[in-house]
Amino acid sequence: MFPYISLTEQDEREMLEKIGVESIDDLFRDIPEDVSMNRPLDLPKAKSELEVAAYLRGLAEDNVCPCQMPSFLGAGAYDHYIPSIIKHITGRTEFYTSYTPYQPEVSQGTLQYIFEYQTLITRLTGMEIANASLYDGGSAIGEAALMCVNGNKKKNVVISKTVHPHSRMVARTYLKAQGFDLIEVDMKDGVTDLDALKAAVTEDTGAVVIQSPNFFGFIENLESATEIAHGVKKCDMIASCDPMSLAILKKPGAIGVDVVVGEAQPFGIPVAAGGPYLGYIAVNKKHLRKLPGRIVGQTEDRDGKRSWVLTLSAREQHIRREKATSNICSNQGLNVLAATVYMITMGKKGMREVAEQCTKKAHYCFNELTKSGKFKPFSSAPFFKEFAVVTDKPVEELNNKLKEAGIIGGFGAAKFYEGIGNVMIIAVTEKRTKEEIDKFVKIMEEA
Amino acid sequence: MNTNYDKVIFEVSQPGRVGYKLPDLDVPEAELSDLIPQDLLCDTELDFPEVAEFEVIRHFTNLSNKNYSLDQGIYPLGSCTMKYNPKINEDMASLPGFQNVHPLQAEEDMQGVLRLMYELGDALAIITGMDKPTLQPAAGAHGEYTGILLIKAYHEKRGDTKRDKIIIPDAAHGTNPATAAMAGYKTIELKSTNQGMVDVEALRAAVGDDTAGLMLTNPNTVGMSDENIKLIADIVHEAGGLVYYDGANLNAIMGKARPGDMGFDVVHYNLHKTMSTPHGGGGPGSGAVACKEFLAEFLPVPVVEKKDDGTFYLNYDLPNSIGKVKDFYGHFGILVRAYTYILTMGADGLKRASEVAVLNANYLQALLKDYYKLPLDRITKHEVVFGGLKDPLSEVTTLDIAKRILDKGYHAPTVYFPLIINEAMMVEPTETETKQTLDAFANSLIEIAKEAKENPELLKEAPHNTPVRRPDETKAAKDVIVVYQSTEEE
Repeated sequence: MFPYISLTEQDEREMLEKIGVESIDDLFRDIPEDVSMNRPLDLPKAKSELEVAAYLRGLAEDNVCPCQMPSFLGAGAYDHYIPSIIKHITGRTEFYTSYTPYQPEVSQGTLQYIFEYQTLITRLTGMEIANASLYDGGSAIGEAALMCVNGNKKKNVVISKTVHPHSRMVARTYLKAQGFDLIEVDMKDGVTDLDALKAAVTEDTGAVVIQSPNFFGFIENLESATEIAHGVKKCDMIASCDPMSLAILKKPGAIGVDVVVGEAQPFGIPVAAGGPYLGYIAVNKKHLRKLPGRIVGQTEDRDGKRSWVLTLSAREQHIRREKATSNICSNQGLNVLAATVYMITMGKKGMREVAEQCTKKAHYCFNELTKSGKFKPFSSAPFFKEFAVVTDKPVEELNNKLKEAGIIGGFGAAKFYEGIGNVMIIAVTEKRTKEEIDKFVKIMEEA
Repeated sequence: MNTNYDKVIFEVSQPGRVGYKLPDLDVPEAELSDLIPQDLLCDTELDFPEVAEFEVIRHFTNLSNKNYSLDQGIYPLGSCTMKYNPKINEDMASLPGFQNVHPLQAEEDMQGVLRLMYELGDALAIITGMDKPTLQPAAGAHGEYTGILLIKAYHEKRGDTKRDKIIIPDAAHGTNPATAAMAGYKTIELKSTNQGMVDVEALRAAVGDDTAGLMLTNPNTVGMSDENIKLIADIVHEAGGLVYYDGANLNAIMGKARPGDMGFDVVHYNLHKTMSTPHGGGGPGSGAVACKEFLAEFLPVPVVEKKDDGTFYLNYDLPNSIGKVKDFYGHFGILVRAYTYILTMGADGLKRASEVAVLNANYLQALLKDYYKLPLDRITKHEVVFGGLKDPLSEVTTLDIAKRILDKGYHAPTVYFPLIINEAMMVEPTETETKQTLDAFANSLIEIAKEAKENPELLKEAPHNTPVRRPDETKAAKDVIVVYQSTEEE
């Protein structure tokens, strides 16, 4: 007996009779003998809820959990406060057990919150259009880059080495598959080397990708990078931005950026060992019909009532399937809901306040940490909630000391940047208290 | 239930309201412009709503009431496998020791996470008869993409670069051709037989030294298991191509047959379908992939590996890897749900799930075939495709029927797919529906068939009692409004 399967023996008998077969096996006779499984799957047999929960709780406890230790680890995933109401709203089964809104009449709830999300993302980025989300920040860069080069028929994309290393790998995979080159540009003083960028961008370049704040936390000179990109005909500027930073930083749309993408995990989505997260993408109208992923549009129903539907699906796999601009099929519906609730709950004032608190706490941490001279700034560039310092000792050694004291330390950049030396990337969110920061600094100093 | 709620949050907003409270700043206060140069800061206020917390709750509760969901009733979307989402899955995914782990913590500090991924990958490979998994892809189509890139990397490593085509049956999922295009391939469409099977002679004519691979789902999109499946794989292999299994229909064959034994080289799973994780209104899903050993060197990095001492680590050292397809390691929260389900069901339960899914589909077919056209009248697998009403006199379309089903309190089946069936209506009940639900659902469809004859207008005008009635999709695509515009400004 299995709790998720309800048929009684009598049900089964009656159903087989109606179908006109003797047994369930008769329903599988069309599977050729030579490919039929004639033995059980080599898996354990069914377990009770009690046993399964005990086993999985054990696995969960095998992890060192930042829920019990303050964490200064960022590098693409951030420990922000998640307002309680988010789990209550995303936990409503009307949202989480529904499917892609193919029948708009009975999916207005999903469609409307996506529409609200699209609106909020455009207001945050200063762009005209946003879609219903992409898989994550990295695949958003990949999709954006493909959208640009397929649109302007150029040969390569130039990307800064200060973009998250994972995202650069994703972009390379996406571009290479269609025969485009990805050219990486070095950094200088912790930010993109603009002279190198200028040298790398040629007539063949279809897009320039900059992340700001970048992987090390430093704010890039997006305006100059955009000028360089636009110095070449038809070349698009793609900026990948922590959406939380956009509550205080100049909107990419105001600078002339063509595509804004990023990872919206900071908006009410747990770090959850790497996913699921939420990729966002915002563009101006000229890119509307090339924009990958789903889009929700407003319309009217038969009675003239305002309503919402999935729209512009001709870009997708439904029509001219082999010419689709992207194969993206799902969106991150439930995470879109979390981010939407986050943005609305924090609202006009809260979005700014949380971004300001992150900035002030990160700068306090930076000042305290670099005071004695033991830790040197990795860059003189301005930063938002994350920064990098150069240390004498290996980052791993420092992190072990911190762990002994009940703190999760920063990220050692050497893992992804060969020859960079001992560089620790440190994230300070609004959740870190002065006490935690002071303790972090003290242990780092003593290590 | 308030299904007439008609506000967007921007219309709820009132200047000065807040829905949050943060602790007072406990580090020394500073001017923002002293920390970040003024020219980098935004000089305008963010145009976001201002609402109190309970208004947020009320807004979204009202919106939720306008949704149909699986927990309310049968969701018979063919090809989407909307089975019950067990509640323990949710509890396990939200364990603090999973939800709060940072993906870049030291490997020794996330052994539970890595073990779960390793064991889930193993179980998935066993279910399909494959050797090596990756859990990185974010969705079914993303899994297709990953799988096709493995095939591409294989040919490229062998220097076999003239293989630039992927063969795809006309009955395939819409994402298959799009995936081939995303991976830089041209598509050859293969016509199906009138049984929805691969036309073996047509396949023989299509393959050649330009064939990179074949994408197939079996049972296929009309719910039929292909009797020539091994021969099909052989034909493609003999031509030097590889065979890709679209796992959308895996729910029909667990414990009964395995793609690996049929000759497939790489498969993707829709963990959000087959393994009972919720679809969340469109996602997140997970499109794990598994392949035969000879393709393992191309898997995306990192791969979770087990050391001799029994500990787990993330292996980035795969020189021939296709790279990465997304940041970090995959949709871990979805992986927890899928693994919970697999442990709960076990070998015996997974097999039983497939058996009952198939039984339920055939039962619905038997109940409805006197009223709806059955283009392929034979035993089906987990889903059944009808071709509109049986009565040739009715002017009622499949779309009208779908809209009328909404009035009866059910979600509609998948309509106009697969493309090879005229007026297609694809029903997939899954194993989790009771006989009583199936009887009631079938009775509603039978009623609709009668209404179509007696009062076709009732169907043409349907739905009547849903929150909105047939939104104008043409208008939405023509007068594009994809961000909120205040009506006062107009």
